[in-house]
Amino acid sequence: MHLVTYIGLAHHSEQTLAESLRVIGDGHASQPDVLHTCHTLAGFSDGHLARLAPIVARYGEQGHGEVEEPERLHAAGLAQVRSGPVGLLRDLQDLHVLATLVLTTWTVINQAAQGLRDHELLTLAGEAGGETSRQLSWLNTRMKTAAPQALIVAT
Amino acid sequence: MDRIADLWGPRTPHAKGTVWPARVDQYLADGLAEDQVDRWVQSACLLCSNGCGCEIAVRDGRMVGIRGRAGDVVNHGRLGPKGLYGSTPWASSPDRLTHPLVREAGRLVETDWDTAMARIVEVSRRLLADKGPLTHGFYTTGQLFIEEYYTLGVIGKAGLGTPHMDGNTRLCTATSAAAFKESFGADGQPGSYTDIEHCDAIFLYGHNMAETQTVLWSRILDRTRAADPPLIVCVDPRRTPVAREAERTGGVHLAPRVGTNLALMNGLTRELFVNGWVDEPWVRAHTVGAADLRSIVEPYTPREVARVCDVDAGELSRAARIFGESRDVLSTVLQGFYQSHQATASAVAVHNLHLLRGLIGRPGSGILQMNGQPTAQNNRECGADGDLPGFRNWDNPNHVRELAELWNVDPLTIPHWSPPTHAMQILSYAEEGSIGLLWISATNPAVSMPESARVRRVLAGDQCFVIVQDLFLTETAQLADVVLPAAGWGEKTGTFTNVNRTVHLSEKAVDPPGEARSDLEIFLMYADAMDFRDRDGAPLIRWRHPEEAFDAWREASRGRPVDYTGLTYEKLRGPTGIPWPVNDQAPEGTDRLYTDAVFPTDTDRCETYGHDLLTGATVTEQEHRALRPAGRALLKGARHTPPHETPSEDYPLLYTTGRTVYQWHTRTKTGRARTLNDAAPDAWVELSVADAARLEITEGDVVRVESPRGAIQVRARVGQVREGAVFAPFHYGAWDPAGLDVDASPSRQANELTMTVWDPVSKQPYFKTAACRVTKIRAGAGPAPAPTTAASAPATDGVPPTAGGPPTTTRRVDTPHYPNDPGAR
Ligand code: SF4
Repeated sequence: MHLVTYIGLAHHSEQTLAESLRVIGDGHASQPDVLHTCHTLAGFSDGHLARLAPIVARYGEQGHGEVEEPERLHAAGLAQVRSGPVGLLRDLQDLHVLATLVLTTWTVINQAAQGLRDHELLTLAGEAGGETSRQLSWLNTRMKTAAPQALIVAT
Repeated sequence: MDRIADLWGPRTPHAKGTVWPARVDQYLADGLAEDQVDRWVQSACLLCSNGCGCEIAVRDGRMVGIRGRAGDVVNHGRLGPKGLYGSTPWASSPDRLTHPLVREAGRLVETDWDTAMARIVEVSRRLLADKGPLTHGFYTTGQLFIEEYYTLGVIGKAGLGTPHMDGNTRLCTATSAAAFKESFGADGQPGSYTDIEHCDAIFLYGHNMAETQTVLWSRILDRTRAADPPLIVCVDPRRTPVAREAERTGGVHLAPRVGTNLALMNGLTRELFVNGWVDEPWVRAHTVGAADLRSIVEPYTPREVARVCDVDAGELSRAARIFGESRDVLSTVLQGFYQSHQATASAVAVHNLHLLRGLIGRPGSGILQMNGQPTAQNNRECGADGDLPGFRNWDNPNHVRELAELWNVDPLTIPHWSPPTHAMQILSYAEEGSIGLLWISATNPAVSMPESARVRRVLAGDQCFVIVQDLFLTETAQLADVVLPAAGWGEKTGTFTNVNRTVHLSEKAVDPPGEARSDLEIFLMYADAMDFRDRDGAPLIRWRHPEEAFDAWREASRGRPVDYTGLTYEKLRGPTGIPWPVNDQAPEGTDRLYTDAVFPTDTDRCETYGHDLLTGATVTEQEHRALRPAGRALLKGARHTPPHETPSEDYPLLYTTGRTVYQWHTRTKTGRARTLNDAAPDAWVELSVADAARLEITEGDVVRVESPRGAIQVRARVGQVREGAVFAPFHYGAWDPAGLDVDASPSRQANELTMTVWDPVSKQPYFKTAACRVTKIRAGAGPAPAPTTAASAPATDGVPPTAGGPPTTTRRVDTPHYPNDPGAR
């Protein structure tokens, strides 16, 4: 069952997103809103991971042993930050790409969960997808705010 | 009578539903008698957001005193200690700025206006040519007039085209505006002061009204000391006079742990749902979002709130019951919420409580999201705080087009491609140098902004050219490249609007000293020198005088919720200030908004599409349309998150800052009023009895208070804060009536300790979220310099009471007819 693969992807990409949000937040601590909001948003992903754990266990048992996380679908995390206003902009953009992967993963899982009538998974996919959209909205808002100054005036 | 000792003056108790009786308070300096006054000039007090109507006494070309206007709907003739003793002495202070100053070889030297302005224009033009308008930043105040804000707004938005304009209102009232926009679609105070006369309960959230708006508090006391008093509920970590009144009336005082307001509010909200106090049909007809709100607040049981906030679960439930079962409730909110963790979400939660019960838009059921400063409201209305004038939505192309037509400029000139830049972000751009010109008017960020050491570094650095326009050489002006001497209150004419939308005209009473000029004249001088033009090559700014500027603003307000079209200078010369909207439908003004329960939330009309209260992410137009608010109010919530800095082993106490009744802001005016300054001459910190005992600190000891960002050394008042909290007044910087010592070490400035962190929606900095430690330095010689009269009262006896104000008069007069007062009909 390929759903198992996607559950693995959700697990991995949420983890990557949470870690990357913390790296970027800490790296841009001179912008306090970036620091604190990134940590809040990472907390969203932590919550999804915690709720995913029993589901991973369940599908892992039902399926073919361990849930697979195929290398090809791995999203690379952000291990270090860029500096300066343009660096911040680029980092936020990378986070946006990562979060988009997470969102579409939940969308796909949501569809499958309906087919399987798996209520636990369906609720999680719906709510996690909703919170991922909030992560994306903030990234989008912050990029729009930073862009003019970073691209036109900053040195 | 001595109004230092008696903050609120004599009581005039009266029954529920009747008009607040009039009483005229008056003070003349130097023992002058009334017949020695040459003339009385109409104005309104500029020393807090209450906006008491008054008249300035003039003798020999000097302002020598003040009296309340009995006919004014705001104060019915009363004035408080600050208004009485502090309104005029500063004006004739010998250290007024009388000439422009420019920096030469590192020192500020006197010069003339042409030289100073030429220097500004040279830098301004160079930056515009090199990198465009985003190099310009403006940081204003909550103490200029409508005419000045609007003129500056037009210069910034249509002349230069910079989004970097904000006021210190960001530090005092941004959350009030943000919360209105989230709940009701646009800024605008729903309630009225007349709600005090008609309510059955008053909830004061983080609002020490007894000190911040003394006259409004005396209005409440005249109800609570009558035979049928309303119940008072007070949410405050200090045992303030408000808290004591709550105990007296059989209400509740909740003292939540600093940083947990939202958990408390979620608990109150849940109680309304659980106990069936929700007016379901009203909520269905007039709101959106009840189901989501209910699920957000569901985990906040009284027990859970008791755990998070360290309040008694039974007291929380009792407060909720008072809200749920009183017929009419008035709520007021101030800095205890606005400058605290999760500010906007907490302020919005106050709206939610009212909306769930349908308690809005009728006498007695009102909301007063207060302002700190007297003209903060106008900064919000006229667009000098970054918002577009007339509560227009920067994200709505039609709103931008309206302004472009009014000003006859290309809509793209008007910065609307992203949210306006808030004060802390402006500072950060100035820090990195991408803002190369920062113009600061009538505010003192070197003392009032958080993390003082950083602010001083930014303003003193070479990366940004700093202009300061003020009455005195403040701590901030010391760091500027150009200093411009400004005329103050009573030395110029203009209008301003108080907390409950009441517009007053303040007339010029005397000439400003030396070459000082009004802020309006200064802005016009810059506009002339820069030669800003409209699309047809005509001058962009087409007015010269205050009245013409007011008329221009009036046009900008036409058709918007903040409608001034029915107001003129002539009309404002009547017996009372007039609350907006004033238009054909309401020619005498409007006492309260939303009497029809229709809110300006329609997608095409609203001032904002809203935000995620937890993250600050903006809601898009499409999302807003999909919600179809169409005149219904929005119920919005968020869960509580722990504050950004929590106590640790190294910093075990919570640090919170605030005001005292005798001082105003950084004491620029009140510090120069001897009477007021003597009542609170120096900084202090307040500790609870338990913490003081543990730290072996007694009243008056010299202590060091430290956070990870800085330290102060002041005297300790063992007083009324809750255990685990430390309170410091924020007024005291390097300046003192005895002189200015910028290198004073150790510092006494409360903001040395505060964090640079702000609310995700309102962008208001959190002054009440820091951890600290306190250590005793040495025993004191006598009590702390803190007043005894209000929240700073000592826990122990033996401290001499604060007193010593020269005599003022107060006399009962016949209560006149107040237009719009529901008790008068
Ligand atoms: S309450 Fe405020 S406006 Fe009224 S006199 Fe006092 S300081 Fe002035």
